[in-house]
Amino acid sequence: MNFGKFAVSALSLALAFSLSGCGKSEDAGNVIKIGSVAPLTGPQTHIGKDNENGARLAVDEINAKGLELGGKKVKLELYGEDDQAEPKTATIVAQKLVDAGVVAVIGHLNSGTTIPASKIYHDAGIPQISPSATAVAYTAQGYNTAYRVMANDAQQGRALGQFAVNKMGAKRIAIIDDRTAYGQGLAGEFEKAATAAGGEIVAHEFTNDRATDFNAILTSIKGKTPDLVFFGGMDPQGGPMARQLKRLGLNAKLLGGDGLQNANFMKLAGADAEGVVASSPGLPIDSMPGGPEFRKKFEAKYGVIQVYAPYAYDAVYALVEAMKRANSAEPAKVLAELPKTDLQGVSGPIKFDAKGDTEGGAVTLYEVKDGAWRVLETVK
Amino acid sequence: MDIFLQQLVNGLVLGSIYALVALGYTMVYGILELINFAHGEVTMIGAMVALSVIGVLMGAAPDLPGVMVVLAGILVAIPACMALAFGIEKVAYRPLRKAPRLAPLITAIGVSIILQNLAMLIWGRQYVSFPPLLPVARFEFLGAHISLLQIVIVVLAVTIMAGLWLLVEKSRLGRAMRATAQSKEVAELMGVNVDRVISATFIIGAAIAAIAGVMVSAYYGLAHYYMGFMLGLKAFSAAVLGGIGNIAGAMLGGLLLGVIEALGAGYIGDITGGFLGSHYQDVFAFFVLILVLVFRPSGLLGERVANRA
Amino acid sequence: MLDSLRRRPRLAFALLAVLLAALPFIMGFGLGNSWVRVLDFVLLYVLLAIGLNIVVGYAGLLDLGYIAFYALGAYLYAWLASPHFGLHLPFWVVLPIGAAFAGLFGVLLGAPTLRLRGDYLAIVTLGFGEIIRIFMNNLNAPFNLTNGPQGMNLIDPVSVAGFSFGKTLHIFGLSLPPTYFYYYLFLAFTLLAIFIALRLQDSRIGRAWAAIREDEVAAAAMGINTRNLKLLAFAMGASFGGLAGGLFAAFQGFISPESFTLWESILVLCMIVLGGMGNIPGVILGAVLLTMIPEALRYIGDLQRATLGHVVVDPSDLRMLLFGVALVGMMLFRPAGLLPSRQRKREFAAEDGVAEQEQASLYDAKA
Repeated sequence: MNFGKFAVSALSLALAFSLSGCGKSEDAGNVIKIGSVAPLTGPQTHIGKDNENGARLAVDEINAKGLELGGKKVKLELYGEDDQAEPKTATIVAQKLVDAGVVAVIGHLNSGTTIPASKIYHDAGIPQISPSATAVAYTAQGYNTAYRVMANDAQQGRALGQFAVNKMGAKRIAIIDDRTAYGQGLAGEFEKAATAAGGEIVAHEFTNDRATDFNAILTSIKGKTPDLVFFGGMDPQGGPMARQLKRLGLNAKLLGGDGLQNANFMKLAGADAEGVVASSPGLPIDSMPGGPEFRKKFEAKYGVIQVYAPYAYDAVYALVEAMKRANSAEPAKVLAELPKTDLQGVSGPIKFDAKGDTEGGAVTLYEVKDGAWRVLETVK
Repeated sequence: MDIFLQQLVNGLVLGSIYALVALGYTMVYGILELINFAHGEVTMIGAMVALSVIGVLMGAAPDLPGVMVVLAGILVAIPACMALAFGIEKVAYRPLRKAPRLAPLITAIGVSIILQNLAMLIWGRQYVSFPPLLPVARFEFLGAHISLLQIVIVVLAVTIMAGLWLLVEKSRLGRAMRATAQSKEVAELMGVNVDRVISATFIIGAAIAAIAGVMVSAYYGLAHYYMGFMLGLKAFSAAVLGGIGNIAGAMLGGLLLGVIEALGAGYIGDITGGFLGSHYQDVFAFFVLILVLVFRPSGLLGERVANRA
Repeated sequence: MLDSLRRRPRLAFALLAVLLAALPFIMGFGLGNSWVRVLDFVLLYVLLAIGLNIVVGYAGLLDLGYIAFYALGAYLYAWLASPHFGLHLPFWVVLPIGAAFAGLFGVLLGAPTLRLRGDYLAIVTLGFGEIIRIFMNNLNAPFNLTNGPQGMNLIDPVSVAGFSFGKTLHIFGLSLPPTYFYYYLFLAFTLLAIFIALRLQDSRIGRAWAAIREDEVAAAAMGINTRNLKLLAFAMGASFGGLAGGLFAAFQGFISPESFTLWESILVLCMIVLGGMGNIPGVILGAVLLTMIPEALRYIGDLQRATLGHVVVDPSDLRMLLFGVALVGMMLFRPAGLLPSRQRKREFAAEDGVAEQEQASLYDAKA
């Protein structure tokens, strides 16, 4: 290989690239751009699209009502992007949104993408409100731009652990986690709280977020005769797990977090969902002012709520309320107003603490009875 | 003891499914030396098509017995997958038969991506649940719980494998397949229509994959456009473990892999005091695979190939 | 124009240098900063592709777990330069250690698999890649080495003589985000890697690798130490991967096992096969294309907005589908890769039997 030739071919290549793909869309006058990021391809697609739909519903509502900032009528526009649940892609997408001039971002879905992207939003000085990232580390970085509208793993895991021992009377507890940032974080906090409350952890087994076969770990757990099995993970695993648990004749209650507390879990677990207990941060939607209405509107437009759509919806409202208070969409001004948020969202009252976590962090527990999630109680 | 037996049952059922999918990999590899990465996706399409048919039938004829509905689903899924595999081979692999070895591998990956995303467009991003149509009879045997479905899966898998073995060993087509696997050129000279044999191989593999796809979704109660990837990967590992290109090897590899995963997840954690628990389930599987290959570089039942690249 | 340049390599070099130096500014101001970030990732993938090309393209060892070395390099960087262990070593210390560390693992992988060939090697390397990822995902207990699925955060950015690459620089009324500095850093390493790879190709070692790739038995018969050379290929390839991983960790500031999936290994392999295995410009082209295409396809939405007024088909639905179509299409169109190596082109042109191909390649190795 001769270097001269190499240089020529590299040069022609580079030229071709810099010539291709020019042309950028222009900004229309009074449009305020908001980003929404979640995985829209890959295994978590259904949950990702749910987030985007929740945000979109809020944006459409606000536009329909009309929004005025600084004496000008403005229109919100939602930029939905796909981060493929992958950290690298998340940063590219984050940068793309910053370039496009978004004033805020609702997202991302996973903790693993939210954390690396938060650095870019922080550098750009625009607020980021995640509807669903629950890893404690996200808001512990000291960024004044990072917010979330959902109880973090510590808050939810603690509530679940105490509930399991004190209210469900669990003594011998088996834990399964799916080794994702979410599942492992939640299971870890659950374990701490359950042990502190006097429960005994008799087994800790693991699976992954692609698995459908849990027979082996459930059989192993069965040998240790637990009276409660806690699963830190999402519905695609939880559903078949509930089935296999029953099939193996394992006499233990299944308990899960917000990843299980949804319609899809019920569909996947079928009749074996009966008796499963799961939590969801915030208050029950249908008991909130505007909650049933939200459900009706959402389902008319996009079908059943998967998981986090209400949180994405609330996140948009929290953001727009802050814009209204600031009477501006300028990120710096909005950031100054966000800490003062006090919103009655459809997922519960939303107030932020100094780190950007939701204050109070109420968690509601549900049980499946007669084929539907029924509220057990709300714990603080 | 009941726990051990239960783990063994778990492993055998999982292993039968791996084995069925592995057959498709091994047959294609045996003839074309091609890792048909899209095979896992064919399995997924089989499950999805069957579920669509089942959904339609349940709406149209709610009185039909569940087993009939599922059978109808399988009967539509099989030709659908066969047609798909025929198409894939014709469009994506045949033009590359004389190309460098890795070129069809890349198209296989491309086809796999295309199928996944098409399935996502057609069937949506959601997990689709398998309706409870099949009888849920359960048996207890020495303390282990065995369901009727598990028995059906294992029996059906063994039957299919036996049938395939007979086909390859005894039939005219089977002989042509073996001849083509040994040498395409010579087989052609002997009057074998190589193109047709290769198409037949893909089609047979796809039919089995369709059945396996329905089995998986019935067994676990769900299907998803992404389900083919991991299943395909495991099945391919099983095929390699047994000796790729060898049909009996695929069966043995599949069953072994299933049992290793079950026993590994079930026991290693306790043996190592929790240090290597079930989070290393896949590690055990791959570790055994590597170990076997290091000592038997062409798999358990693979023939020793002469030392030639 | 290209012809006249071909006759004046110096001018071509100068133009190329200017272009490469100006590229982030052209992209950044023309298309937006996200494209500078894409450029950075392009360079990282070029680095990875060049490394994998040593293993697959030069030595003919099919490796499906290459991303494991990338992961090892990234984690090593995180261990030595983040609050995790409280170590904050400078990058010029950490990067070479990371490359060596990954290289060591390359030998560890290579040693037991020397006897394997072709697809058996592929599946073993695939298993190795998964094993590394699974360990990274689980080693938060009993001893917290990797922080498990939560990933390692707040990794130190590269800093040169007190100047940290992690912050946006405001100079002459311009604000330059970190992506610009990393571009030049990555470019330097990539050029170095290209230089090494090109020199290797024509060296004794490179020719020995080609001989092993074409016929291992014949190569051994010619007195080539196939064991050592195969291990060397693994080690070299792995250390390039480790280097890229370290750069990635510093650039991203956060790493988690999600970044090191099997899919990434497959993607890098696709790059080199698509571009033209064994041929460095081809490999670079493959890496550039496969990194850029999915990003460019994000603009399908904007394109629809511009031409049709609104979004008809959800771009995220089509993006990966078109990527798959592109992979298949390009392979059908140019099965030997977009820019095949001379040797491969010849093999491909010759429709004759295997013997002649082998002869051709043996002559090539001697030349």
